[in-house]
Amino acid sequence: MTTESTTEKPKTKGFALLSPRAGAAFLTPAGLLVAVFVIAPFFWVIFVSFTNRTLLGRTALNPEFIGFGNYLTLFDFDNFFQRGQFGFSLILTVQFVLFSALLGQALLGLLLAWLIQTVPPTVKRITETFVIAAWILPEVVIGFAWFAFLDRDQGTLNMLLTSVGLPPGDFLLEHPFWVIVFFNTWRGAAFSMMLFNSAFSSIPPSYFQAADVAGASSWQKFKDIALPLIRGHIVTDLILITMWTFNTFTPFLLTNGGPSYRTELISIYNYRVAFRDFEFGKGAAVGVIIMLINLAFALVYLSLGRKKRKA
Amino acid sequence: MKLTVPAFLGRMAFSALAALIGVVFALPLIWFLFAPFNARAELGLAIPNPWTLSNFFTVFENKFAMQALWNSLIQSVGGVILVGAAATLAAYALSRSSIPGKGAVTYVLLLFSSVVSGSAAMVPIFLIVSAAGLMDTHLAVILVFAGGLLPTAMFILRDFIDSIPKSYEESAMVAGASPVQAFFDVALPVIRPGIVVVVVWAFVNIWGSFLIPFILLRSDTNMPASVAIYSFYSEAGTPTVTLLAAYALIYSLPVIVLYLFVSWKFGFRFFGGIKA
Repeated sequence: MTTESTTEKPKTKGFALLSPRAGAAFLTPAGLLVAVFVIAPFFWVIFVSFTNRTLLGRTALNPEFIGFGNYLTLFDFDNFFQRGQFGFSLILTVQFVLFSALLGQALLGLLLAWLIQTVPPTVKRITETFVIAAWILPEVVIGFAWFAFLDRDQGTLNMLLTSVGLPPGDFLLEHPFWVIVFFNTWRGAAFSMMLFNSAFSSIPPSYFQAADVAGASSWQKFKDIALPLIRGHIVTDLILITMWTFNTFTPFLLTNGGPSYRTELISIYNYRVAFRDFEFGKGAAVGVIIMLINLAFALVYLSLGRKKRKA
Repeated sequence: MKLTVPAFLGRMAFSALAALIGVVFALPLIWFLFAPFNARAELGLAIPNPWTLSNFFTVFENKFAMQALWNSLIQSVGGVILVGAAATLAAYALSRSSIPGKGAVTYVLLLFSSVVSGSAAMVPIFLIVSAAGLMDTHLAVILVFAGGLLPTAMFILRDFIDSIPKSYEESAMVAGASPVQAFFDVALPVIRPGIVVVVVWAFVNIWGSFLIPFILLRSDTNMPASVAIYSFYSEAGTPTVTLLAAYALIYSLPVIVLYLFVSWKFGFRFFGGIKA
């Protein structure tokens, strides 16, 4: 990276406005904050995950080292897949990412970005407004909005269903997993839409005009011109929304992880183990596993970014 | 432009589909357009008759609700000042000084900040805050967010400062200004738009956050509005829907206003890249 900046600005090579000492002073406040609240937690969580620390009781003050004990409990294959256990949460989260991020948000975002290229400005503006509103409003407000929307007796959804002659349902009770899948798709599609939208507008219009002259349909233009040209953006989008969806805590605001653990994503599982059951050691072990998965995605993402910059 | 009949029908179909998706996205939010102004609002969708602001007055009279809004403001403004100041200084140093390995610093910080998410680090953050004796204080929330948001803030600002020619500060220094003077009097005014972006982004993030204050704060007097709203509708018994609807709208207003401000000033695309 240093070689890059010198090749970009050869004139200023070897000259710096700030002396290293002043530079170090400027970096200190940020350095301290990041060290204490980002880097220290990273190492501390690994350390705690090898102890039997709890919030209350004797082991709160004098936790003991138990080696891989917490990890063995998490990966106890006798009950690994049972509801409320780690394996169940992990698999649930993988399905959640698959359906709500990779299928839901990315596909819907792609479709929306393509549609709003061609529709009249009024339709474009109104649709964009609501898609983006779903994304920028605070998560608690969104959680409550859906809570009202899905209410069995009065909610807007059941009102609509009965008005077209369909049977109403208690969706939070009957299909909680699909509720949070739709919820998260709805909540996050705006990001993919905006990313793909700016990707599409970076394609020279002459490409599409040439295709129009040749009589290509919208689908052909999408498949043969747009899609190959935005492949890089798609990869970026998929990695980012996967990481965000994997770490999201927002469905907790709608379902609390229930009923009977059926929407207990890994972040919610971590919260329950640590702050409802007060098992900090076990919670820390869950945290370590989440961080390892994050690390894998982040490394892929950052290496893609570096490759792009070098090219 | 001439359109053939099939092409025209195709466009109509596209518009209809886009409008339909727009409606589906609007459905869960429509309730929020009516309920705050309906004195008899329930969870069902109903057009207020008459339209009234009485729900808002109920909120203003509710001490707990107002205190929570105030707490949100303290935590967001505190965090924003810290993030803004520390990120500006650090980004300037990363851009303008010759500290060895500064390229790697940003890379490593970004890596850490994306790996150490709130969901992964809730236990150690709780333990660090509790070891520092900051449990159940505004300062705890402010510091945790400052640390968590700083790497991205520094990254954005460093890119921004890199794009500004050094000649501004150089000419100031030729004229006899010290590096620190060149920073405060010359560079800072030029960087200001970048700082605005970072400050708005950090504010929206802290204002809307739930998990961190939820685990770090215990008492009613310190709770931000996000936790207050959650406790209003999750606690046993029927929630006071009228109060809640108006309150949630008030709580959302700063975010909406800032979003409109940003899209008016910078075009909305910037929001796309950098939401945590």
